[in-house]
Amino acid sequence: MRRDVFNAIADPTRRDILLTLTEDPHNVNALADRFDMSRQAVSQHVKYLHECGVITIKKEGRERFCMLDPQALTEVADWLEPFRKLWEQRFNQLDQLLKNKK
Amino acid sequence: MMNDTKFTQDGNTLTVERTFDADLDTVWPYWTEAELLDLWWAPKPWVSKTKEMDFREGGRRLYAMCGPEGEEHWCLATYTRIIPKLSFSGKDAFCNEEGFINEELPVSTYTNTFTDEVGKTHVTVLSVYASEEHLKQIIDMGVKEGLSMIFDTLDEILSK
Repeated sequence: MRRDVFNAIADPTRRDILLTLTEDPHNVNALADRFDMSRQAVSQHVKYLHECGVITIKKEGRERFCMLDPQALTEVADWLEPFRKLWEQRFNQLDQLLKNKK
Repeated sequence: MMNDTKFTQDGNTLTVERTFDADLDTVWPYWTEAELLDLWWAPKPWVSKTKEMDFREGGRRLYAMCGPEGEEHWCLATYTRIIPKLSFSGKDAFCNEEGFINEELPVSTYTNTFTDEVGKTHVTVLSVYASEEHLKQIIDMGVKEGLSMIFDTLDEILSK
């Protein structure tokens, strides 16, 4: 079965893992500590996220580091959106001021 | 009717374009005078508070974006080149209360251009990020914020 980014974010724990990975790459143990879950449970989520293509896994010795693939997430999260929101709000406020001035 | 805002991203450059229903003489001071800028620069419920502003070539604007929970994000805009009623440019950065730039956060070079269009004013805001790393950082910050927004909406839908 082919999994995609929408499968990835359908579960709240996986969403939390993704948000954590926006800060820094984490290894599976660090994630397990952070979420108060068994290493095995986190491992399952990580495997799932990897199958969805939203994270990459890099092996370093015995450790596996999980990294977010921002490119894959742009399907659901347009990174320009915060800029858009900020400028739209600014401009609407300015519109109002200019209108009142007339 | 609200005017459309156009956003374009190309490499490390971001362009924002918008037309305002007022002439250039009216619009210009809203971008170049502290008291007027503070009225609209921060998206509500945030408030923009300018600590100091010297709108001259070589001058700067030091201001804080103040949040409803007492948050303060200090920002600095410098003015390198000013052509009255046409354009001004400089650098945009994050800083501390004293205006010392935080080099770990993205710095951009901006150019704001104003065109008179018979009673209306077209404004172009061009932002060029200093390096690919800074752009990457902004993208990551944006992805995080974008994701959070989507997750909030999703949580809301799911909780119904």
